Amino acid sequence: MTSEPPILTVRGLDVDIAGSRILTGVGFDVPASGVTALLGRNGVGKTTTIRAILGLLPDGGRVTAGRVTLAGEDITAEPTHRTVRRGIGYAPEDRGVFAGLTVAENLALAERPGHVHHYDLVHDLFPELAARRGQRAGTLSGGQQQMVAIARTLLNDNILVVVDEPTKGLAPRVVTEATEVLERAAERVPLLLVEQNLAVVRRLARSAVVLDAGQVVHTGDARELLADTARTTALLGVGSHSSKGAA
Amino acid sequence: MDTLVLLTLTGLGLGALYFLIASGLALIFGLMDVLNFAHGAFLTVACYTAWRTAETVGGVPGLLLAAVVGTATGLALAVVVELVLIRRLYGRVREQILVTVGLSLAVPALVQTVWGADARTFPVPDALSGTVGVLGARVPVNRFLLIAVALLVLFGVRLFLSRTRYGLIVRAGVEDRAMVTALGIDVTRAFTLVFALGGALAGLAGVLGGIYFGSLSPHQGTSLLVFAFVVVIIGGLVSITSVALSALSVGLVQQYANYYAGGYGDLAVVFLLAAVVLTRPAGGTGSPLLRLRRALAAHRTQAAGGTA
Amino acid sequence: MTATRTPRATPAAAPVKGPAPDGAGRLRRIRPLTLPAGVLLLLALLPYSAVEIPVLLDGPVNSPGSLQLFALCIVFGGLALGYDLMFGRTGLLSFGHALYIAGGAYGTQLAMAELGLGLVPAALLTVVLGTLAAVVLGAISLRTLALGSVGFAMVTLAFAQAGSIYVERNPGGLTGGEEGLPLHVEGVPAALVGVQNTVHIYWLALGYLVLVAAVVWTVTARPVGRVWQGIRDNEQRVAVLGRSPFAYKLGAFTLASALAVLGGVLHLLVTAGATPHTSTPEFTLTLLVMVVLGGSGTRWGPVVGGVLFTYLDQRLGGWNLGVEPMLVLGALFVLAVYAAPGGITALGRRRRS
Repeated sequence: MTSEPPILTVRGLDVDIAGSRILTGVGFDVPASGVTALLGRNGVGKTTTIRAILGLLPDGGRVTAGRVTLAGEDITAEPTHRTVRRGIGYAPEDRGVFAGLTVAENLALAERPGHVHHYDLVHDLFPELAARRGQRAGTLSGGQQQMVAIARTLLNDNILVVVDEPTKGLAPRVVTEATEVLERAAERVPLLLVEQNLAVVRRLARSAVVLDAGQVVHTGDARELLADTARTTALLGVGSHSSKGAA
Repeated sequence: MDTLVLLTLTGLGLGALYFLIASGLALIFGLMDVLNFAHGAFLTVACYTAWRTAETVGGVPGLLLAAVVGTATGLALAVVVELVLIRRLYGRVREQILVTVGLSLAVPALVQTVWGADARTFPVPDALSGTVGVLGARVPVNRFLLIAVALLVLFGVRLFLSRTRYGLIVRAGVEDRAMVTALGIDVTRAFTLVFALGGALAGLAGVLGGIYFGSLSPHQGTSLLVFAFVVVIIGGLVSITSVALSALSVGLVQQYANYYAGGYGDLAVVFLLAAVVLTRPAGGTGSPLLRLRRALAAHRTQAAGGTA
Repeated sequence: MTATRTPRATPAAAPVKGPAPDGAGRLRRIRPLTLPAGVLLLLALLPYSAVEIPVLLDGPVNSPGSLQLFALCIVFGGLALGYDLMFGRTGLLSFGHALYIAGGAYGTQLAMAELGLGLVPAALLTVVLGTLAAVVLGAISLRTLALGSVGFAMVTLAFAQAGSIYVERNPGGLTGGEEGLPLHVEGVPAALVGVQNTVHIYWLALGYLVLVAAVVWTVTARPVGRVWQGIRDNEQRVAVLGRSPFAYKLGAFTLASALAVLGGVLHLLVTAGATPHTSTPEFTLTLLVMVVLGGSGTRWGPVVGGVLFTYLDQRLGGWNLGVEPMLVLGALFVLAVYAAPGGITALGRRRRS
């Protein structure tokens, strides 16, 4: 398994936004199977890392050094839509659901031409979405919107799925549901997961990458890390799950 | 009564013209954040090519051909501007607007250099220059033509937006452009498409404007553009239907106030705009219906204030 | 990359022609003023030169025709610099600046002709009323936050269009419609009337430019100027710091409008009449073109752009190129957006470094 080449490699990534350095020399691998968790306190650059990989940095942001490869090919300076067409599914932090479009239209937009579209899988995982096909996504609950976002990543045959904080702001029962869905998804496709909820990480993640102040401070086995309470507290600043008061 | 009918139908005809211009502007602005000052220039050039065609061919066939030529001119011009000028400035909205400002100054000057500064008469065939009796009023036939074309365009654009994949991309792009690219879609193609659509509609508006006013001049497009901007602000970017309703209210307010308030229809439109801007909650968009009710309420106070 | 620390780059006070300072410390403090003072001296002495410049000028430098052209160029230099207070310094894209310039011209003219006031009281009254109008209309325009900065642009455009229509409709024969109004000379001091007194108007125009430069350069160097710059670069950050962007934006809008009203008075005097063209949205667009051509947000850029644009606009027609001046200028502007993103003055700076 360790001989298997990683699906995504990030090397020496420097990112500036509006003139200030946000990421410094970020480097890690995402294995070709299982869930890799990207961890760290709020504001350490997790979402920026994801956006830099996808070429989705906000105005005034740019990658000043480093290299990103997907399945061995350099995607560092590539336009977002080309990178995504190589087979990436992405569910952003704010879910990126189009509020004015119906559920069916949100899914249809994600259909990649020339691919098989796994509506059977999506409807099996999210029977509720089939029932709400014609409903405007803006009128869905937060949990249902998250389902739409994840469903869009599973519709095509992707080689990597990137999910940014899928359980943020969800009720505990919905968190469990979402975790189950991600667990099933991970059987089909490697996942890069940004997550604050350590219970979810413990259940899903195989490997972990920890960021602090724009730098990678730890990489390794996820369960080993989480088993070491002192270390977890030192790196993530959490004993409880409160995400407030972070720098 | 007959005056009211005439005013209403004339206002609707004018609203139809505004709708054709504003719908393209709203789509371009909604998708790309570009306030397209060159839109009036597209209209003007299209109007002149249509005028040349109609003069050369003559009669109803000439006008039909002129409509095709005008629409094609607007479309071609818009596509060239998008591909050659706007695309290079991708992500720099301010420079994009500045380029369209430059075009809005240079193109009318070009038209003036080629065809002269004086207004020309747009040849309208007899079939369209008469009037029809409606509830005792003699209404020029061309008002009905404008209203019918605007309704067809509204229907067509709605169909395009709701039933086609590109329409879906445009609607999604208006909401969140970055997310559209994050789904693997090349959104720049949609940019060219909305420019083409907007340009074609501006071209068509140029031809219909020629028929409506019966004349054309190098600055025709620029002066219509200002009212189209007003329509876009009042309508917001909720849907193409909200643009249509806004165009309709602006056209009606202008005509009513022109008659009942001593020729100050244009000023009434600006007051309507100020009223809408002030009553709309900052940041929020509100439902189109709520907005319409507000717009109509403002229009009623405006009309009442005008007669007093 | 703009680290070339020429003395001019440091914020300076008003460009006054002071007596030669004696202390070394004072010398350093005054040095930023040497260039403006030199330029001012040169311009002030221009009417004493009888040099002929073929092609570029029709008559000698001190002929009334040439001086009137210079005065117009200088007024537009001042108008462009004032406009840049919003556009380049605060990031506000207004398409309604013409309203205040036309307001200044027509207001002063009407106050003289209809109220029988002299030039100075009429101009003062107009500036006060115009500034009040700017506060009200600016507050309304700045409320269009739902559509972002573009909403502001469109609403200011609509207000200016209303003004333009009002002027062209000629209500009650008040504005003269498309013809405009000839200057009401009875209200104007004799020293400013007639071809032989063009030189006085020229100096008055120069005085206007000095005033605008003094105001703009001073305020942008003060803390309020830094807040404006903050709003231009990142409005959210300013709001987070507890400052109300609205109040600061309204301040920039009002100050720029007041300078525009005063500029309208000068335009009235230089062109010896109020013309409806000053009220059109196109007039504002040309100001925008001047500012961008010269270099927005810089000390000299708007002035250079305003002077150069006006000169070309006035002269291109006389050179019988067979095309409208605006075609050349518009095309030049579009090219400049690509080829000279920081304006002409930035081109010079780049070559120097």
